[in-house]
Amino acid sequence: MNFDLTSERQMLQDSLRRFLSDRYTTEVRNDILASDAGFSPDIWAQLGELGIIGAMFSEEQGGYGGAGFDIAVVFEELGRAGVVEPFLDSAILGGGLIASLGSQDQQDLIEQVIDGSLHLGFAHGEPRSRYDLAHVETTATLQDDEIILNGRKAVVVNAEAAGYLIVSAREAGAEADKSGISLFLMPVDMPGVSLRGYPLLAGGRAAEVQLDKVILPASARLGAAGAAYPAIAERAAAASVALAAETLGAMETATALTRDYLQVRQQFGRPIGTFQALQHRMADLLIELEQARSAVINGAGHLDAEPQLRDLHISATGNLVARTGRLVAEESIQLHGGIAMTQDYELAHIAKRIVMAEHRFGDADYHLEQFIDLSTA
Amino acid sequence: MDLSYSVKEQAFRAEVRGFLSDNLPPELAQAVRDGRSLGKEGHDRWHALLNAQGWLAPNWPKEFGGCEWGAVQRHIFEEECCRANAPHIVPFGLSMLAPVLQKFGSKAQQDHYLPRILSGEDWWCQGYSEPGAGSDLASLKTKAVRDGDAYVVNGQKTWTTLGQYANCIFCLVRTDASVKQQAGISFLLIDMDTPGIEVRPIILLDGSAEVNEVWFTDVRVPVENLVGEENKGWTYAKYLLTHERTNIAGVGSSQAGLAAVKRLARSQQHRGQPLIENPHFAARVAQVEIDLMAMSTTNLRIISVAAKGQAPGVESSMLKVKGTQIRQEINDLARRAAGVYAMPFSSEAVEGSNEVPIGPEGTAAVAAQYFNNRKLSIFGGSNEIQRNIIAKVKLGGGA
Repeated sequence: MNFDLTSERQMLQDSLRRFLSDRYTTEVRNDILASDAGFSPDIWAQLGELGIIGAMFSEEQGGYGGAGFDIAVVFEELGRAGVVEPFLDSAILGGGLIASLGSQDQQDLIEQVIDGSLHLGFAHGEPRSRYDLAHVETTATLQDDEIILNGRKAVVVNAEAAGYLIVSAREAGAEADKSGISLFLMPVDMPGVSLRGYPLLAGGRAAEVQLDKVILPASARLGAAGAAYPAIAERAAAASVALAAETLGAMETATALTRDYLQVRQQFGRPIGTFQALQHRMADLLIELEQARSAVINGAGHLDAEPQLRDLHISATGNLVARTGRLVAEESIQLHGGIAMTQDYELAHIAKRIVMAEHRFGDADYHLEQFIDLSTA
Repeated sequence: MDLSYSVKEQAFRAEVRGFLSDNLPPELAQAVRDGRSLGKEGHDRWHALLNAQGWLAPNWPKEFGGCEWGAVQRHIFEEECCRANAPHIVPFGLSMLAPVLQKFGSKAQQDHYLPRILSGEDWWCQGYSEPGAGSDLASLKTKAVRDGDAYVVNGQKTWTTLGQYANCIFCLVRTDASVKQQAGISFLLIDMDTPGIEVRPIILLDGSAEVNEVWFTDVRVPVENLVGEENKGWTYAKYLLTHERTNIAGVGSSQAGLAAVKRLARSQQHRGQPLIENPHFAARVAQVEIDLMAMSTTNLRIISVAAKGQAPGVESSMLKVKGTQIRQEINDLARRAAGVYAMPFSSEAVEGSNEVPIGPEGTAAVAAQYFNNRKLSIFGGSNEIQRNIIAKVKLGGGA
């Protein structure tokens, strides 16, 4: 048993934390939030140079990490600083899917992902799919040597900045079957693709993606026809680890801000942190924070396990971190009072990152239900 | 013990329901249902419609043009208005300042201000909190110094709700710094057009601009705008707060919110079924509904005591805590029900937006409302202050 980071991961954590605390200040980040692009291409490029994107890929994929703990280390720091740049979409999801399923030609794109010059988006969820990874109504029809895509994809994060979207579509089976789902590497500017872009409440941008008779060569398919589900589930698990670690980092910031504020805010002639009622609530948050830290470790440590065991742990992590996240976000705001309700205050953004994280790959209820299914199976 | 409403009360409910169905403009109800900002025009419009009906001031005595309804009637009215998604009546003039003027104001102040509140000519906002005086309101520092026939006011107020629409502000100001904090506060009525007043919006975490900072620099306020006696303002402020708390449980809002959650959960699919049929989600909804049913009765119990002329005391603090917990839990359920469509930033919260919503009906504003309503447990005396009051009264200790 050893809970220390390897020296490589320690260095990764140190350099990322230093960069973000120097460069990604509240003011810089609030300007990014207000910008049209919704993220900073400049910061993105610098983080690419720093090797942060490369840390999300294994050596054989062209990177130097890619394991659960690499993801956890990076995303905890991203969460701590409230980073809105699309690491999850371009690296973990888009890049990860190309790396795990792509042909040699397709794999060549990974280099551009790692150096930060190519953005990706994962066009998977649909208006009726909620968090069900197997629910795909979008169709892919093979005609001669071409694929025709029809359907609508919901809340595709980073779609407007992406050079390619990884689109899931059904080639066989019923709408919620795990088999029959394929993935396609689709240039975002194809005829028949229309994007309705919008900002997200917690930062960044997404789009509703309409696919209307989009014609792709059959060579755009990633992996074998109808067999993409296991890779989708594996990347969703990686994304859940990333989101849980990001939430952990954000909770560290939320609790640190709250602790500091309790010490400086004076009411009734003394710092409010001297009131025992508030001290106890702060103590509860710190207890839950350590629970969340352990849950992230459990999830990250099982990302390479066989799917059943992996998903059991991912669900446990997802459920606990979502529950803790809500508590920490709400209590941090309450302990601050009105100041935490203002948009420019650091905690406001951090609290939104925490709470909205559970809306991407499943909230506390979804993970609870998954856990019950898997633990009683 | 009898849980039913009297025949008279039931007839009143039917009358209110009929009025709302005939007179509430559907576009206003839809805006409320969607969680969209109404703007000044929307508020003014509903204000005028209620005034025309004579139902604008349920709690005012008849001599001032009010309905003088009893507590149960007011409760029924509130419940029906929420059920129909009628806009909330902005409370600052009607239910906060007016009772103070009626009890402590001069005849001249009553004659001048009360009709203008009813007509909508004056829009009042509240100048209480300051950056350094939140829960500890009595430590406020905004200063008013007597200079001939005027007070000269300097300082800053904050969290001034809808101050951007207001032409008048009632303020607590310090007129004596040499005595115990509570004993040196006065209650002033200030015209917002007076030179030296600046209103700056505060953007909240959901992107909305509903609160403001109000800055006062050498603002001259005529002495006749003092309410009651100098240095007695704390007494009036406390009196005002008891009125702020009459509808503190927010039963009607919670009922409307719960109905919206159920509507949304019926339309959302989860594992091939409506979300409302999912046992985990259904259990969460049921839990909060059970809490709401009990609180609704607690509220009626307290109202019926109030109807006999006894002012509620510590019970209103209890209702504030439980009522806001329930409303916030309902906001959380709505956010969860929306799934991934909780993520888009809703420009709905921003006044004047006419964009077609991104997600299915009922999802656009849920996340913004979830965050915005964190304020419920902070303002109007934070829930911590309410617990202090309960503990002080019930345990007898210092709080």
